Amino acid sequence: MLTLSHFLILGAILFAISVVGIFLNRKNLIIILMSIELMLLAVNMNFIAFSHYMQDLAGQVFVFFILTVAAAESAIGLAILVVLFRNLKTIHVDDLDSLKG
Amino acid sequence: MEFKTFVFYFLSAILVFAALRVITSRNPVHAALFLVLAFFTASGVWLLLQAEFLAMALVLVYVGAVMVLFLFVVMMLDINLDRLREGFWGYLPMGAIIALLMVGEMGLVLGGNYLGLFESSVRQAGADESNVQAIGRLMFTEYVYPFELASVILLVGIVAAVALTQREKRKNKSVNPSQQVFVKARDRVRVLQMPAEKRD
Repeated sequence: MLTLSHFLILGAILFAISVVGIFLNRKNLIIILMSIELMLLAVNMNFIAFSHYMQDLAGQVFVFFILTVAAAESAIGLAILVVLFRNLKTIHVDDLDSLKG
Repeated sequence: MEFKTFVFYFLSAILVFAALRVITSRNPVHAALFLVLAFFTASGVWLLLQAEFLAMALVLVYVGAVMVLFLFVVMMLDINLDRLREGFWGYLPMGAIIALLMVGEMGLVLGGNYLGLFESSVRQAGADESNVQAIGRLMFTEYVYPFELASVILLVGIVAAVALTQREKRKNKSVNPSQQVFVKARDRVRVLQMPAEKRD
């Protein structure tokens, strides 16, 4: 019998994996963007699981909006990445120190 | 074991494996392809939860559009892989500690549910209306303003992406008024003195 916890724990594992991904690949902007996508997937999984087990469709509508915003976000993020690479010829995070932060 | 449970464990094993390969693979192209696999299996898991519309939307939007965009960008950039990978495993202890902490905390929160609080009291969705119909009805009545707002966000995304990546200036023929008022007559007209030649 599948319970709500199965899906919640799957979402938690996915989220933790993507957090580790951000830590491991902190030099590589592309993989960081992919980890963010994976994180959003984990959150959506939780939303859909709750929406199924609570019999409330509002959660699924919310997931739809998250998908929309995530698509726009990744498009803009990749555009910024392309502009960055065109100007600096690198996407190495350590080289992005123009602001001396 | 019930068939649905078997399918769930099968899909989630593939999902976790693909997610791990996304964050550990050397080549960003492989990472993107494993992310595609992760999205496919996640849409399978969502089908188990009777969210057919969102499963289809995930495949169409993510696999069809976003991941293709990722692959294009990865192949366009010329990346020095070795430099990007330096110190890769050095960050593992820190990341693993934080991840274990997070899994532990979420497990504490969700642990009560594992004893079956939500078990089997779920009635299945009514057969009179499909999931797509129900979501459409909800989205175009109660959530119609957020829906319009989402389309505006997508429009902003399009405009921002195009404006950011545009390479050269726009090729229109508009004049620059500030330069135009400083124009003098001798910049534009050159008077040549030529002696008249006699006819033979």
